[in-house]
Amino acid sequence: MKHNGKKLVIGVIGADVHAVGIRILDFAFREAGFDVTNLGVMVSQEEYIAAAVETAADAIVISSLYGHGELDCRGLREKCDEAGLGDILLYCGGNIVVGKQDFKDVEARFHAMGFNRVFPPSTPPEETIRCLKLDLGVQDDGPDEGSMSEEDLEAMMEEKL
Amino acid sequence: MKAILLCDFGSTFTKVTAVDPEKEELIGTAAAFTTVESDINDGFKLALERLQAQVNELEIVEIKACSSAAGGLRMAVSGLVPELTAEAARTAALGAGAKVIRVYDHEMTDEDREELEAMKPDIFLLTGGTDGGNSACILENAEVLAESSITAPILVAGNRSAGRKIKNILSAAGKEFTLCPNVMPRLDELNIKPVQDLIREIFLREIVKAKGLSSVSSMISDIVMPTPAAVLAAVKLLSQGTAGEEGIGDLIAVDPGGATTDVYSISDGAPRDMTTVLKGLPEPREKRTVEGDIGMRYSLGGILEAAGCDKVAERAGLSEDEVLSLSEEFIKHKDKLPDNDKLQRLDDALASWAVEIAVTRHCGRVEEVYTPVGLTYAQYGKDLRGVEQMVVTGGALVRSPHTAEIVRHAQWTPSLPTSLRPERFHILVDRQYILSAMGVLAQSRPELALKIMKKELSHE
Repeated sequence: MKHNGKKLVIGVIGADVHAVGIRILDFAFREAGFDVTNLGVMVSQEEYIAAAVETAADAIVISSLYGHGELDCRGLREKCDEAGLGDILLYCGGNIVVGKQDFKDVEARFHAMGFNRVFPPSTPPEETIRCLKLDLGVQDDGPDEGSMSEEDLEAMMEEKL
Repeated sequence: MKAILLCDFGSTFTKVTAVDPEKEELIGTAAAFTTVESDINDGFKLALERLQAQVNELEIVEIKACSSAAGGLRMAVSGLVPELTAEAARTAALGAGAKVIRVYDHEMTDEDREELEAMKPDIFLLTGGTDGGNSACILENAEVLAESSITAPILVAGNRSAGRKIKNILSAAGKEFTLCPNVMPRLDELNIKPVQDLIREIFLREIVKAKGLSSVSSMISDIVMPTPAAVLAAVKLLSQGTAGEEGIGDLIAVDPGGATTDVYSISDGAPRDMTTVLKGLPEPREKRTVEGDIGMRYSLGGILEAAGCDKVAERAGLSEDEVLSLSEEFIKHKDKLPDNDKLQRLDDALASWAVEIAVTRHCGRVEEVYTPVGLTYAQYGKDLRGVEQMVVTGGALVRSPHTAEIVRHAQWTPSLPTSLRPERFHILVDRQYILSAMGVLAQSRPELALKIMKKELSHE
C-alpha cells in the first residue's frame, strides 16, 4: 500500500453507536493509501470540523446507520465555511434517512445541504474509494490498487462481529 | 547528624526541609520570607538558621532546590483549535510546572503580539497542526513572533512538516528557539514529555539565572525544577512507588493557595465500561490543572463569584453581609490567619468551595446520550470515581481543625452524578509541607523520598 497524500476525517455522526462499519471503512481507506483520522462513534459536527482543521483534511466522510443522518448533517457545510474549510469534500453514506425513500430525493436533499456525494445503503468501500480518488485527483496505478477483495471484507466482518 | 537539605524558594516563603539519609526520616522544616529583590541567600540563610535552632548540629551533605519565586516559570502558548493543539500546549506547560499566562489559538493578531510583548513570558510554546496537517497557522504565528520584540526562548512543537520554514523565519529574526516533537502528532495522541523535558532544561539553564536565583548556586548544587513540577514528581512517586517500595496507587492531590488552586491526578481515568465512549483530547496520566480564579486570598473574589456569595454564607453559617465584610479583612491582610470563630468558619467555607470547584474542573464528566440501542454515555476527561487516595496540602486545609469535612466536598455526589469525582477516599494530610521537597529529593533518591512521604503524610 502506497500513501497518496490525501487526508480523510471519518466517523459516525450524532448519537449513532455503530462501531463496526467505521472500522471497516478506516481499514479500507488506509489500504487504499489515504491518511485516515478516525473519530469513531457519536461524533458531533464540531468534532469533525476541529479534526479537519488540525489535520488539514481533504475530505470529511460521514457514516450514519440509524436513520437520523439527515438531521445530524444539517448545517455542517455552513460551519465548514465559517471554519475556513470552504473547499473540503463532504461525503455521507449509510442508512441516512428513515424508512424507504427514493434515493434520488435523498441525494438531492444532501446535495442542497452542500454535500459533494451521498451513498445509499450497502455501498461497497471500493465505490467510495473510487469517488474519493476521482474527486481528489488521485492517479490509480493498477486496477486493484488499494481495494479490498470480497473475501477480505467478509473475513473482516466475521472477525469484528 | 548527616542531612540532605531541600529548599523551596516560594513567592512568599523560602522553606527548608532536612532529611536524614541514614535513618531515612525527616529531621525538620523551617521557613523565612523570600528575599529575591535583595539577595535570595538572605532568606535562605535565615530559614536555615531557624532549622538549626531546632535540631542538633547538621552536617549538610547535599543541598537541592526548587523555585517558584519571582513569578514562577511564566509561559505563553499557542495552538490552532482551542480544544485540540492549544489545549495540548497548555497541558504540556502546566505539567512542566509552568504558570500559563496566556493561551492563543488560531492566527495571532497585532494586538496579541503587543499583549505578549507587554507580558514578557519566560518561555513561548508554539504549536499547531498535527504532523502533516495544518501548517498555515503555525507559520503565521512564527511570523508574529519573529516580528515581536520578545526575547524569550521559543519551543516549537507543532506540525513537523512546517519545521524547516519555521526555522528559517525564526533564525532570520535572530530568535532563540528549539524544534521539538509535536505535542499532538496525531489527533488521538498527546506527546508532551519531550517538550516538558526541554522546558525543564531551559528553566535550569536560563530562567534561574534571569530571575536572580543563580547567586544561590555556590551553596546549592542546583535549582532543579519549578515548584509545581516538584509537587507533581512527588505525588507521581507516591502513587507509583519504586522497584523496592510500593506506592499507594491512583491518587488526587489538591493545593488551595492564596492566588490559585492546583489539582494533580495520577490515574488513567479510562471509561469504566463498554457503554461509555471517550470523547475529546486524550489526557495525560499525570495531570496538573491550575484554577487561576480560585484562591484563598488574592483570588478570594473568584471563589465568591464561582460559588455564589449565598452558597458560601450557607456553608459558613454566616449572613451574606458578614461574608462580604469578613472577606474584606482577608483581602486587605493577605497573611491574616483565621483567629476567631467566624473567620475560621468563613475560611473553611471558602476552602471547601475552592476544593469542590477545582476538583470538579479537574475531573472529567459524562453526558447521557439516548440512542436507538438505548442509553449510552459520552465521557470527556478523566473518570476519577475509583481513585481512593486524596492528598491535601496548603495552609487552609492543613491548619483547619475541620480538614476532613472540607475535603469531603471533593467527593462525587448524587446531586451532580455526571461529574466523575472520586466516590470514596482516604485523606492524607501534608502537615509538614514536604511535598515539593520530596519531589526534588525524588530526582536523586526516590526510595528515600517515598519512605519519608509514607511516614509523614498523616491520615485524617
